[in-house]
Amino acid sequence: VIYLDYAATTPIDPAVYEAMLPYLRPGGVHGNPSSSHAEGLKAKAAVERGREQVAALVGADANEIVWTSGTTESNNLAIKGALEFRGARGAHVVTSRIEHKSVLDTCRYLETQGVRVSYLAPGPDGRVAPEQVLAAVTAETALVSLMWVNNETGVIHDVAALAPRLRERGVLFHVDAAQAAGRIALDLRAVPVDLLSLSGHKAYGPKGVGALFVRKRPRARLAPQMHGSGHEQGMRSGTLAPHQIVGMGEAFRLAGAQLAADSARIGVLRERLWQQLRALPEVFLNAEAAPRVPGILNVSFGGVEGESLRAALPELCVSSGSACSSATREPSYVLRALGRDDELAGASLRFSLGRFTTAEEVDAAAAQVVAQVRRLRALAPPRQAA
Amino acid sequence: MAAYLDHNATAPLDARVLEAMLPFLQGPYANPSSQHRQGRAARDAVETARAQVAALVGADPGEVIFTSGGTEANNLAIKGVAALHAPGRLLYSAIEHPSVLEPMQALARHGWSVETIAVDGDGLVDPAAYGAQLATGGVRLVSCMVANNETGVLQDIPRLAQSARDAGALFHADAVQAAGKVPVHFARSGAQLLSLSSHKLYGPKGAGALVVDGALELEPLLHGGGQERGRRGGTENVAAIVGFGAAAELAARELEARRARTLQLRARLEARLAGIPGLRIFAAQAPRLPNTVQFAVPPFHSATLLGLLDKKGYAVSSGSACASGTNEPSHVLLAMGVPADLALGAIRVSFGKDNTEADADGFVAALRSVLADVMPAMAPALRAAP
Repeated sequence: VIYLDYAATTPIDPAVYEAMLPYLRPGGVHGNPSSSHAEGLKAKAAVERGREQVAALVGADANEIVWTSGTTESNNLAIKGALEFRGARGAHVVTSRIEHKSVLDTCRYLETQGVRVSYLAPGPDGRVAPEQVLAAVTAETALVSLMWVNNETGVIHDVAALAPRLRERGVLFHVDAAQAAGRIALDLRAVPVDLLSLSGHKAYGPKGVGALFVRKRPRARLAPQMHGSGHEQGMRSGTLAPHQIVGMGEAFRLAGAQLAADSARIGVLRERLWQQLRALPEVFLNAEAAPRVPGILNVSFGGVEGESLRAALPELCVSSGSACSSATREPSYVLRALGRDDELAGASLRFSLGRFTTAEEVDAAAAQVVAQVRRLRALAPPRQAA
Repeated sequence: MAAYLDHNATAPLDARVLEAMLPFLQGPYANPSSQHRQGRAARDAVETARAQVAALVGADPGEVIFTSGGTEANNLAIKGVAALHAPGRLLYSAIEHPSVLEPMQALARHGWSVETIAVDGDGLVDPAAYGAQLATGGVRLVSCMVANNETGVLQDIPRLAQSARDAGALFHADAVQAAGKVPVHFARSGAQLLSLSSHKLYGPKGAGALVVDGALELEPLLHGGGQERGRRGGTENVAAIVGFGAAAELAARELEARRARTLQLRARLEARLAGIPGLRIFAAQAPRLPNTVQFAVPPFHSATLLGLLDKKGYAVSSGSACASGTNEPSHVLLAMGVPADLALGAIRVSFGKDNTEADADGFVAALRSVLADVMPAMAPALRAAP
């Protein structure tokens, strides 16, 4: 089996696993970080070290990092928390049609609570331009939510250009950076984003842990969405899981140390994959014109049926789009927004490469795909001219 | 001598549970929402765990929604029900955990009428007063914990739930402390909602569950992705869920042995504590969890004693890890009519399955030694053999 689905989830890096073990194995640190005895303090120290490591990767202060159970919770907390704090009724939110489901579903929920939401469509390059966002902002706009990197095409939004413009207009800016952290350099000292969602398991850390950056100066204000004992400065209650937090911390430390080397190596492999796939006629690289993260290659194959193509590749772990929407089996909304028709959007594969991908895997994957596309095209009846 | 006697705050991960988790931390594993083979394997593991958790509490697997922990389960139960109803009345016992109290208070700010249910001096809900509250009408939801985290007091849930049902109200039972320590049976409890936590029963931190009656609709707390049949978005924390399942299966199998073991240790401890002048055990006459005893030695405040006991290697707490660090008297003890000054002296010992007689005896010796140090006049009596 060849795993080329790193954008869905990454395996835990062996170094991350080693870092987590002392918080899992017998005789290790098992305290509740909220306990005031020695066992609790050891757990708390680990949690705070992890917080510093996560903050360091994105150029934040440790006290601006709020632990969550993952990006879905981070996105929910950022968006619902900001709107609830401000008062939802009559407020306006600007987001895009190509956001992750956890942003889109949250926005749809807010619409039932009296919030007006503008869903911007990307341009032909797959990106939402800063000018589009600024044109959509009105006096009632409370929040803009835009992902830094799209999970299906890998396009990189120009967050650095947009953030200062939104700051000038006094609009809170939330960025989902689940696919960006560890893949491109992020520096929140230079980019005035107010809220930033981070994921552990998209960056070689464990599942079940994420974080929300909440800027202190100027202070982004949120109503908590998980109420309880007042953990995380009152913004998110619930017992913290040190083994997961330690894992995410170590993963982010590694990501910082290896960012340049990983990006360069993975970029070369992606190009190697693309050069083999493009030998086929009628293949389209989605969002080709835009800056993209090095690990993602989204390709549409003309003249084949998507379901048959995926069924023909049982040894290949790739995605037909976003894992989170694959249960619904709808053609990718991101690709449709890019202007691909339903048939072509349905016959798309997202290859996502990562730290452990090898040239041999890339070559084997390309060979399988090329062979199966040729076979399926040969089986298909000749298509009618439009 | 040293011993961890704070299992109600968190129980150390069982080595057998870690074994079950390891393949999902080490190996090439995938996102359970992904349609490819590795994604299906992750999904199968989650479903096995769901059946294990359901079996522990007499529920159907389809009734189990995995969450990030007990706090999220309580928030989901209360806010998930409230979101689908026009504001009405909500009742909760005066001794609930902050993860029930605080969501209730949040709803009070959104137009709900929120009332506490009084408890008697033993910490038990007063059926007559509760019945009168229900009889007034308009109650949508009642929330009452099965076992209190501080005193260990066990409520008669089937009776309280039946009263709620008779009054047309839903019933939520927080079983975070009870599950794995005493038998809990969802189907026979009469409750429609039941909260569980993994790390209180030797599973990993970062996993919990809300058991929901199949017929009951719930607004999700975390929107996005459609996981958990649309009731809880977010990539499943596979390793933690697998660990929770393994821990639940062990808890079911070993429940009676654990109950007998901790009850024996507590009886031994209480017999020895009885020899300390002035020592008061809270809710001594009430049905309690087998492993829990909460007491005070007036006039001492626990802040003083806990630190000294910790230095001697005994990890105990005042009652709730989540409230540690605050110098507020326990709201649970105040609700029982315990004077504030006495309540400030609360020390909770919560035994675990691996504690020994030596741990119980060593704790009493350490307590006597600490008391003798802070109260020289009593030293001769305290230093006499227990």
